Amino acid sequence: VASTDLEDSGSPTLLTGWGRTAPSRAAVYRPGGAVELAALLANGHPRGALARGLGRCYGDAAQNAGGQVFATDGLAYLREFDSERGQVTVGAGMVLEALVDAIVPHGWFLHVTPGTRQVTVGGAIAADVHGKNHHRDGSFGQHVRSFVLLTPSGERLTLTPEDSPAAFWATAGGMGLTGVIVEARLQLLRVETARIRVHRERAGDLDQLMQRMEAGDRRHRYSVAWIDCLARGSALGRSVLVHGDHATRDDLHVTERAHPLVRSPQVHLRAPPWAPSGLLNRRSIRAFNELYFRRAPRHAEWRLESLDSFFYPLDALRDWNRLYGPRGLMQYQCVVPFGQEDALRALLERISDAQCPSFLAVIKRMGAETGPLSFPMPGWTLAVDMPAGRGALGPLLDGLDQLVAEAGGRIYLAKDSRLRPELLTAMYPRLEEWRRVRRELDPNGRMRSDLARRLSLA
Amino acid sequence: MKDALGSVQSILVVGGGSDIAQATVRRLVADRTRTVVLAARDTGRLEPFVHELRESGAEAAELLPFEAGADDPDTAIDAAFGRHGDIDVVLVAFGVLGDDHVARERLDAARHILEINFTSAALVSLAAARRLRAQGHGTLVVLSSVAGERVRRSNFVYGASKAGIDAFAQGVADWLHGTGVRVLVVRPGFVRTKMTEGRKAPPLATTPEAVADAILDGLRRGADTIWVPRGLRLVMSVLRHLPRGVFRRLDL
Repeated sequence: VASTDLEDSGSPTLLTGWGRTAPSRAAVYRPGGAVELAALLANGHPRGALARGLGRCYGDAAQNAGGQVFATDGLAYLREFDSERGQVTVGAGMVLEALVDAIVPHGWFLHVTPGTRQVTVGGAIAADVHGKNHHRDGSFGQHVRSFVLLTPSGERLTLTPEDSPAAFWATAGGMGLTGVIVEARLQLLRVETARIRVHRERAGDLDQLMQRMEAGDRRHRYSVAWIDCLARGSALGRSVLVHGDHATRDDLHVTERAHPLVRSPQVHLRAPPWAPSGLLNRRSIRAFNELYFRRAPRHAEWRLESLDSFFYPLDALRDWNRLYGPRGLMQYQCVVPFGQEDALRALLERISDAQCPSFLAVIKRMGAETGPLSFPMPGWTLAVDMPAGRGALGPLLDGLDQLVAEAGGRIYLAKDSRLRPELLTAMYPRLEEWRRVRRELDPNGRMRSDLARRLSLA
Repeated sequence: MKDALGSVQSILVVGGGSDIAQATVRRLVADRTRTVVLAARDTGRLEPFVHELRESGAEAAELLPFEAGADDPDTAIDAAFGRHGDIDVVLVAFGVLGDDHVARERLDAARHILEINFTSAALVSLAAARRLRAQGHGTLVVLSSVAGERVRRSNFVYGASKAGIDAFAQGVADWLHGTGVRVLVVRPGFVRTKMTEGRKAPPLATTPEAVADAILDGLRRGADTIWVPRGLRLVMSVLRHLPRGVFRRLDL
């Protein structure tokens, strides 16, 4: 029985995702570098192995019950930074926060950043994450020049999108199931300042929102809309639309132009370790939504914001997931193709009819599709946080899945914690293509995760 | 795998003939359970039930011969896990009510009740707990009874056997705390089933379906102990704290 293996080496640890639901235990190893990691991987455990970064996937993607989990903090190095061409080679365990700190003073920024800096480069590639500029710049993987993948059979492959597109794109978005990414070379984005020119405006309903978003996306690099999921009827889709672009030196106040790349330190608070499960309820969320909507200017208005508060507002509150209490939270994120706006409306109607208290709900337009298991596709994406403890949530979300699948859309595996496996092939029509490449990279199916088990992914 | 909302994909029932177990499995399959293994003494009798489960969406529904008290629990548990990979829930549902009046007079009758309800159930629970622990996730559900919470003179042999398995299951739960494995102890009151057929139902009597609903709810919440109906928790709490002298005088 595998239990003895678990005790022998590695430290048995109960793991969950960011949502703190469905915990499982694995033997966690902290290899000091790629060589040690390769040796561990070669060992082979009957319940497989998986790399885990900072565990910011909401569900069970970075868990491997009863098997091995490799923490990648031993790979948090910056090997080389070419500040002329804006390319950087980093270990897969490098946290975006540290990377941003290293590159911004030299006038570079991440080409694509998710809504938190608390993710590793390896995790960002494995989930092929996206940001507020997906409509024009695509996903994280599209700005990776190359990465090094350790396969379970002991190979050390350097993959590029030009020379090995199949293996590259099965790994980018492949949720860690093709091997362990140990190093990556990224193309960065030139910036003149550490500020964003931000434009915020209210949209009274969904039609107005969609129309303005479409127009705004042609002009701005960043766009996202925060949406009030409790608003109903004619106010359905009531939202605050945010557009942004990197500020130029000329945009800055004269006094700041001498040091355009200096960032003001962000205030960090920490959520209390214990919060009652009902803290974020319909009433408190409704009050928050009302305030947030009213705070946004009625008419478009420009202002400068720091990179940090524009991209990572929630990073200011460490462990904010604890606010959802012991039952945890989940995020439902889906995308429906352009032309399926009725489906988007139906999704919002169902969420609003259920009066599901959501603290964070956003809509944005996405651009091109990439890897076979990557989430983005041209269309509207909707992401909704919700407390996991509510009884009626299961049937509601199953219904949303059905709508999404029928509309030709999909849900985001990095956020998922409860999809019905039956819907996976409809949502990811290139699943078989991905499985074929995975079988070549990992013929014995040694890379495993709870997500993969739950969805029969591999 | 269990999902974020506590829905499960696979279950092994030991004591597949139990009305409570069957009601539970029906509900789980109606949700999203696709793999069901029913271990039971008389597997032939369960064929129609297995057929019904396949009809209602179970991809794998299988029978496994197992006689409590006679067969080796490890062998049966290993067979189920070996054939189906991960098992999210193991439900230990077998038990006998016996006749306390007979058991008081005949040791073999008492031994049968004690061995099935306690020794065998404990060993099956232990074997399952070890597999779940190695797996790194899962829930062990043990059917106890309020009869074990405070043993009454009218059925103390049965009551003591249930008190034993209840305590054992709690011990397993504490042992496995932090391993990703949970233990759910189910304490129903009087349930109208095959087992209690012909007996007079007391107040607060319940049905297998109600117990099944409570089990699903307990799985979703990640509960440690549930009473069915829920009101019994309070009743038992009062009874448990009655002084012996008073309790003895009650006609229970």
